[in-house]
Amino acid sequence: MTDVRMPTRALGGDTPSERAGVATHCAYCGLQCAMTLTGSSAADLTVTPRRFPTNRGGLCQKGWTSAELLRTSSRITTPLVRRDGELVPVSWDEALDVVAAAIVQTQSAHGRDAVAVFGGGGLTNEKAYQLGKFARVALRTSQIDYNGRWCMSSAAAAGIRCFGLDRGLPFPVTDIGSAHAVLLLGANPAETMPPFLTHLVRAADCGGLMVADPRLTPTAAKAVDGGGLHLQLRPGTDAALALGMLHLAITEGYADRRFIAERTTGFDDLWSIAAQWLPERVERVTGVAVTTMRSAVAALARARDTERGAYILSARGTEQHASGTDTVTAFIALALALGLPGNPGTGFGTITGQGNGQGGREHGQKADQLPGYRKIDDPAARAHVAAVWGVDPADLPGPGRSAFELLASLGTEGGPKVLLVHGSNPVVSAPDARVVSERLAALDLLVVCDFVLSETAAMADVVLPVLQWAEEEGTLTNLEGRVLRRRRALTAPAGCRSELEVWSELARRIGCGTGFPTDPRIVFDELRRASAGGPADYSAVTWERLDAGESLHWPCSTERPQGTPRLFLDRFATPDGLARFVPVDHVGPAEAHDAAYPLVATTGRVLQHYQSGAQTRLVEELSSAAGDMFVQLHPDTAEAAGLVEGEPADVVSRRGRTRATVRLDDDMRPDVVFLPFHWGGDARANSLTHAALDPTSRMPEFKACAVRLEAVS
Amino acid sequence: MTPTPRRVVIVGNGMAGARLAEEIRHRDPDGSRFAVTIVGEEPHAAYNRVLLSTVVAGKITPRETRLKPEGWWAARHIEVVTGARVSAVDLEARTATLTGTVSPADDRLLEWDELVLATGSTSFIPPIEGVDRDGLDASGPDGVVAFRTVDECQRIVELAGSATHAVVLGGGLLGLEAARGLLGQGVDVTIVHPMGFPMERQMDADGGAVLARVVRELGAKLVLGRFVAARRSADAEGPARVVLDDGSELPADLVVISTGVRPRVDLGQSLGLEVNRGIVVDDRLATSAPHVHAIGECSEHRGEVPGLVQPGWDQARVLADVLTGADPAATYTGTSVLTRLKAHDIDLASMGSITVDVHDPEHEVLSFTDPSRGRYAKLVLHADRLVGAILLGVGDAAGALTQLYDSGSAVPRDRLALMLGRAVTRSSAPESANLAEMPGSTVICRCNTVTKSAIVGAFRAGAGSVPAVAEATRATTGCGSCKGAVEGLCSWLRSSEPSTSPAAHTSSDTDSTATSAPAPAAALATALTEGAA
Repeated sequence: MTDVRMPTRALGGDTPSERAGVATHCAYCGLQCAMTLTGSSAADLTVTPRRFPTNRGGLCQKGWTSAELLRTSSRITTPLVRRDGELVPVSWDEALDVVAAAIVQTQSAHGRDAVAVFGGGGLTNEKAYQLGKFARVALRTSQIDYNGRWCMSSAAAAGIRCFGLDRGLPFPVTDIGSAHAVLLLGANPAETMPPFLTHLVRAADCGGLMVADPRLTPTAAKAVDGGGLHLQLRPGTDAALALGMLHLAITEGYADRRFIAERTTGFDDLWSIAAQWLPERVERVTGVAVTTMRSAVAALARARDTERGAYILSARGTEQHASGTDTVTAFIALALALGLPGNPGTGFGTITGQGNGQGGREHGQKADQLPGYRKIDDPAARAHVAAVWGVDPADLPGPGRSAFELLASLGTEGGPKVLLVHGSNPVVSAPDARVVSERLAALDLLVVCDFVLSETAAMADVVLPVLQWAEEEGTLTNLEGRVLRRRRALTAPAGCRSELEVWSELARRIGCGTGFPTDPRIVFDELRRASAGGPADYSAVTWERLDAGESLHWPCSTERPQGTPRLFLDRFATPDGLARFVPVDHVGPAEAHDAAYPLVATTGRVLQHYQSGAQTRLVEELSSAAGDMFVQLHPDTAEAAGLVEGEPADVVSRRGRTRATVRLDDDMRPDVVFLPFHWGGDARANSLTHAALDPTSRMPEFKACAVRLEAVS
Repeated sequence: MTPTPRRVVIVGNGMAGARLAEEIRHRDPDGSRFAVTIVGEEPHAAYNRVLLSTVVAGKITPRETRLKPEGWWAARHIEVVTGARVSAVDLEARTATLTGTVSPADDRLLEWDELVLATGSTSFIPPIEGVDRDGLDASGPDGVVAFRTVDECQRIVELAGSATHAVVLGGGLLGLEAARGLLGQGVDVTIVHPMGFPMERQMDADGGAVLARVVRELGAKLVLGRFVAARRSADAEGPARVVLDDGSELPADLVVISTGVRPRVDLGQSLGLEVNRGIVVDDRLATSAPHVHAIGECSEHRGEVPGLVQPGWDQARVLADVLTGADPAATYTGTSVLTRLKAHDIDLASMGSITVDVHDPEHEVLSFTDPSRGRYAKLVLHADRLVGAILLGVGDAAGALTQLYDSGSAVPRDRLALMLGRAVTRSSAPESANLAEMPGSTVICRCNTVTKSAIVGAFRAGAGSVPAVAEATRATTGCGSCKGAVEGLCSWLRSSEPSTSPAAHTSSDTDSTATSAPAPAAALATALTEGAA
């Protein structure tokens, strides 16, 4: 039995029904691998990878086992309300009444902003949009932000300031497949989105895959095995690396002077900074040899000159720093100096992490944003969106606090007292998570919508059981800005409801009876109107067109009805059409190491787990393959701390401690330890991390903090 | 009423002086507390001297060596006076007399509260018959130019355009960089160096010999143990040339002098400051006179006169802390110096104690010599710390080693790995060559955590091809890069276990399945073989 019949092959194979099942996309990351779900119940539902440009028929272990979560015994199927310290099952009406009463009471006593909302980058476009509207129109609170702040915000801020627009990949992901030189910055797709590697085969095979990462990750190993490069930098020195490589691009004659003159502004100002980042100085700061930097720049220039494709792609390793925006800005400057962006066959992009990390950052979950990637402090944007929403622009709240600032303010004087959480597990995923847990505990009411009892849900006063990916309809926007359909294969268990229903019911109960439809298709049509004319314009995208198999990348409007697979070919999205070199400098990690905390800890993912692990830890096959929380370090570092392979150790920072099993790795830098962030409790990596925030993006410093090691007796 | 800002006058618009002005502004952004004036002798805005060899190489323009863009200084309320030198200073009245080097109209008197000497250094011109040491300027009379300022550099580029033969005097860092740049411009270059090997301050004899070989292989001629005694213009006896101390002659229509520099201490001396090789300063960069400070190449701190830019920058940071009170306790205790040759195709770093003998009982010395490939490494360890190194042509290793040198951390125990710059050489990925020895727990398909045992199990259960193994175990269905390894395993199994080979086998053996994957992989084989849509 096969379902390889692909009537819509030319269109990308994304029509609703395959002969044997329902065509949808994976539950997890931003690659949104195409899959077909077959079966009629959760018990017999099976997953089959489907040929699609992004995943080319591949799936990783997370995707293959994604149906397991539909049948997990840990599924919540009834609302829970905390009574006498225990979460007890109640009816939906009872639970919603508790929440609505708390909202009304709290807002009348403490003002609109006393109720806050926290969203997630895994929510569909429809839900992300509706959540933003619910906050601004029903709750009329400015206090809304989401976990994407901790994911894509630095890359987004840098993209907007340099290109005038943020779309993760401004070209289809398949363009990378023909490139002979690809520089990955803090990206480990071999573990985070394995099928993405199919697009790197060409570069890897010809020795043109280059990976900047403090660890020899499986991705970096793939580069080295193919004769490519591993730039093993010290965590938090990425901006120096970027400026050093830019310096070499100029002094070794690899720059595209004509491109700089014709399509950019601001080079002189940036050069005056980069000129002082002599490669030998960069080598001392980063630990990356001058020769290695030179080879990387030369490989990019060579591939560009021979028209064989050259790309620079950033990801969280480079972006999740308190200087993340400037760091990405510096790498964009390198790309601009080489003339890569805005030309076919070359480019700069960022690899989006969460399932709807792209769409989720466009439609209003962000504190400073309105749908269509509009800015909430722009009067024209407010007028447009207010008209679609049928409200007075003056009634729309202004910008609120960013994610960590919002969570850190909970239950404080002047901070929110009620919080609604959707699609996020900040108890595990927030930086300096101990502080965040304390703030959540200080709330008058914590409401969590989830389908399993995550660490955050376990702290809640009210838990509302919602749908899983295979039980709902909607759209997501993948890492290349292509809008994809998520389709229902199953009916959800009785007792679970869509967030759209939750918001509709809550809005009605607090006296905002209209404007919150529960049909995602109707919500999407409203999103189209709200986004019309904005940077992320979805106005010509319809479910019908998507169901007919059309491949549509935003902006997709009446002016561009076929969408825009490749941005910036004629002009950048800045007012003058030119890309901008922005003068930025290297500042280094926010927290210095010292004798008491002599090592740098960095965090990341393992292949089998997604984000906080709340979902994937419940899949036996994944959880047994991944093992438990570990700390990866060099044998010499372990020996100096008296640690032994396989034994537990404590990793201690100025903010907390984490227990982890020692995993020795000869390829680690001796000054660095690595911790995955998929576990809670004692094994929570984010007990260590530092919440220093980027001044522009408000991204916390997840990727570098000072620690020491302690043996556990 | 706002207090009058304190007046800081910086004498010297080079990399140290300009950096000091910038550092002061970091600590006093609006200029309300400190008025800063920089006086520079050259008629140009401050530029990056380190980049001049890149100008000679033709890769950037002189304009691109400017430290800051047009208008940067004025926008930050930093007064820059170019084309003027400080001809006199009154320590009592705290004034400085400026004399215009271009126009007398620039003469003026400056009042100061703090005076900083950052006068840098000048080229040392050796005595050469036929060269007027005092008359030598950036115009390059008779094709002779020192290599120090941007004007000289520009002149070298101009002369190189029509020159056929260039002679570079001095095989130190700058001499080699200039020679490499000129070679890149298509000029025939001879380096004349009085010592037995180039860069003798940064190399030992063995390393120097390898470096000499590298320089020669790049196309430069290298005359060692000789110096230039005389310059002869084109005349009846021949074209323009230089005469060496042994009487031999080299054709030379361009002569570049890079035989070292001398700190400019004349102003300091005239003020009666304590001057040794440089103007002597303490850990707070103070000279022997109150309110007079010195930084950069004109200064001497704990017996060291900086020859590279980094110490000057470090000193500027400390002096800014001291002057502005941002960190009144700030002290400068020295900069660990690391020299790196900036010449295309020569990858050389030198740091710390490098002359220690291999058999020195107090130290552990590792060395590696590969003259044929232009490689040389020498690492000097003391108590498990890297205290010195020469790294020539060893590429990647330099990154890890310079950081070990700077951090003073214990070096990896594996000394061979240390030489290679890695904590340890990394273990190689599974290859079909060692499939037989590979433990069963080895993960072959990382994307789906499929072990060798699982694949062997699937094979024995009847999966004899890659698509069949994929169907049974999901191996190869993620990124697809383990396809070769799975193929290798299947063919190894076919040859080593013909009896269990699926070809000679029916599906009776199903209970021995060792797969971990229950789900079917329908469509997969086809999808993977056909490739992307």
